[in-house]
Amino acid sequence: MALLQISEPGASLDPHTRRHAVGIDLGTTHSLVAAVRSGVAECLPDREGEVILPSAVRYCADGTARIGREALAGAVSDPTNTIVSVKRLMGRGLADVSKAGRLAYDFVDAEHGMVRVRTAAGIKSPVEISAEILATLRQRAEDTFEADLYGAVITVPAYFDDAQRQATKDAAELAGLEVLRLISEPTAASIAYGLDNASEGLYAVYDLGGGTFDISLLRMRGGVFEVIATGGDSALGGDDIDAALADWALARAGVVAESAGDRRAAAMAARVAKEALSSVDRAVFVCTVAGTKVEQAVARADLEALAKPFVDRTIAAARKAVRDAKVDKAAIDGIVLVGGSTRMPQVRRAVHEFFGRAPLTNLDPDQVVALGAARQADALAGNHGASDLLLLDVVPLSLGIETMGGLVERIIERNSPIPTARAQSFTTFQDGQTAMSIHVVQGERDLVADCRSLARFELRGIPPMVAGAARIQVTFTIDADGLLSVEAREETSGVEASVTVKPSYGLSDEEVTRMLGEGFGHAEDDMAARALREAQVDADRLLGAIASALAVDGELLSSEERASIERAAADLRATRDSTDRAAIERSLKALSDATEAFAAERMNRGIRRALAGRRVEDL
Amino acid sequence: MNLVADDFELFGLPRRFALDRGELDARRRALQGEVHPDRFAGADGAAKRAAMQSAVRVNEAHVRLADPLKRAAYLCELAGTPVRAEDNTAMPLDFLREQMAWRESLDDAGSRAEVDAVARDLASARRGAYERLASALDERRDFTAAAQEVRALMFIERFAADVDDRLVALEG
Repeated sequence: MALLQISEPGASLDPHTRRHAVGIDLGTTHSLVAAVRSGVAECLPDREGEVILPSAVRYCADGTARIGREALAGAVSDPTNTIVSVKRLMGRGLADVSKAGRLAYDFVDAEHGMVRVRTAAGIKSPVEISAEILATLRQRAEDTFEADLYGAVITVPAYFDDAQRQATKDAAELAGLEVLRLISEPTAASIAYGLDNASEGLYAVYDLGGGTFDISLLRMRGGVFEVIATGGDSALGGDDIDAALADWALARAGVVAESAGDRRAAAMAARVAKEALSSVDRAVFVCTVAGTKVEQAVARADLEALAKPFVDRTIAAARKAVRDAKVDKAAIDGIVLVGGSTRMPQVRRAVHEFFGRAPLTNLDPDQVVALGAARQADALAGNHGASDLLLLDVVPLSLGIETMGGLVERIIERNSPIPTARAQSFTTFQDGQTAMSIHVVQGERDLVADCRSLARFELRGIPPMVAGAARIQVTFTIDADGLLSVEAREETSGVEASVTVKPSYGLSDEEVTRMLGEGFGHAEDDMAARALREAQVDADRLLGAIASALAVDGELLSSEERASIERAAADLRATRDSTDRAAIERSLKALSDATEAFAAERMNRGIRRALAGRRVEDL
Repeated sequence: MNLVADDFELFGLPRRFALDRGELDARRRALQGEVHPDRFAGADGAAKRAAMQSAVRVNEAHVRLADPLKRAAYLCELAGTPVRAEDNTAMPLDFLREQMAWRESLDDAGSRAEVDAVARDLASARRGAYERLASALDERRDFTAAAQEVRALMFIERFAADVDDRLVALEG
């Protein structure tokens, strides 16, 4: 077969081979998909011309699902089968969700910790529900381009923990999307804002959405977006204000919303009134509860009194982020507002007051995240003109491990730049001990009980030794998506201890496989045929990537080294067209192994290039 | 991978305490511009792994060089005089007395003004300690004295964090 024409990021692609990469904002209330077309980022509309897809999924008894506006129509009449704000359930356990309170769903507590919802179409995990939304957006993009997608950048709240990020990535994979990168919503917004306005300097992004709040401080300079500090609350948003207003209005009317449908109706009525109060001083809360029509006048001052505790929490988080960044508020060049809730005059006022300057409002707070994600997707796909963009993000929450007495030993501090890694040594405390368990948590508190449990790692295969003799080096890595991985090795014997991860709020690999098998638009696909096709796509990608790497940096290799890579490539090209998936995978691995040393040399060359022309001062 | 082992060498900077933070940050951006995993999103697995390791290495070195106390401890270690804060906790009596006096004045401080006064004293002591540290490292090249100063500054920074917490609590 011919080599695919794939070029290195930074090199220009032939316009006919332009890759279709999209940015997706998977929001609590709304979701959007955007792409860069003819150099301009734009949100892609559906057939009716709407760019916003309500993040709602309604399950029907025949096993099908309705997504978006069509689903929302059932929110009141069929509340337990109509899932809205599913983002608030991602990577969460039943206890977390109950704390949030009063959600209409029929929850099932699951063995792996992440909450499940019982619907007419069966028990669904938040990952599957989110995948329905993502698959709808993927379809929309593929219809627009009349082509398959190369990949997607999915945004997550900056303050999402590892479990929430992993759940988002799982959902995207389930929806058949190749995840190029997970990026933070405020970072995405800053890309859209910064690139469009050629901004330089220190910016704060205040992002108050339907269910999450983020504050990020970042420096923009020549296409580099460097996050300095981030903070927030992944369970604080406009939904909370709606709920408070609904409670207040019903209490004033002396009505109690008992049923799930009534509660949903009240929350929706509250949202309508809240949105109206952004432009007028008085509105009416109207809904039907228990068959009775409730009408309650609401003044903007009433709403502001109810919203104040939530707005105050966002300002407290902003204060903490500014402190973490070790910057002076006066040094901030601009404040970017993101998220529908920032349309509230009260929020704008509070932000203005805290930062001592008026926030920037010349962008659409609903679209800016998807637009920024689209820019990053375009850059990661290696499309022409997008290569100067670079995001340097941080980990939002400290990572720690449980030690004696339920205390946390911190191993990676919050706001550390990612990717990052930290190695920690452990030893055995009993003679002949061959296994140990490590509990990883995320959060800023000193007690394990006050942090979020991420996972328990079982290390097995430690060679038997006397107590205290083994030295087990455990490396915790947080990658550029903000996701954690763990490796372990016994130092004195060099034995790799095997690591089994039990995520506290995740899905097991078997569950993901089962869900993949169940569909999302490709239920009829034969699993084996799909696996073969995937191996072939991997082969094409690898051959293309190595061809372009050789073209750029080939002279780093001796002729023998080059010959050995070319032999492995020729072998993969030969097996690629067979139907033997295992053979393709073996050739893939052989070619990948053959390029290890080459890859390291390429990095060293990059480091020399980065410092070339910079004066190396005298020692 | 044979990534440069010395942080200063990796960033092409002289091995000394005095450092231009702007230059350090600019070099981090230039290095990440070459090795960050985003630059290899479409690359093969080996290149992705190598990029990941290099980006981790650059970030780790940047964190160590950017923080004056970590940088000083690193210089001591490179000079063969590690700080050994975990097993060398012997501090001069005067220093410990001063520490206790500070702790007491912080405990007794009830008002914002009183905490501010503690913070001012602390800031001046901290400035003095960093000046002594810079001189020990860059002028006298007395790494034993520098290591002792680093250990003292660890106490001071810990106390400074507590003072900060108090100030935050007072802000409400």
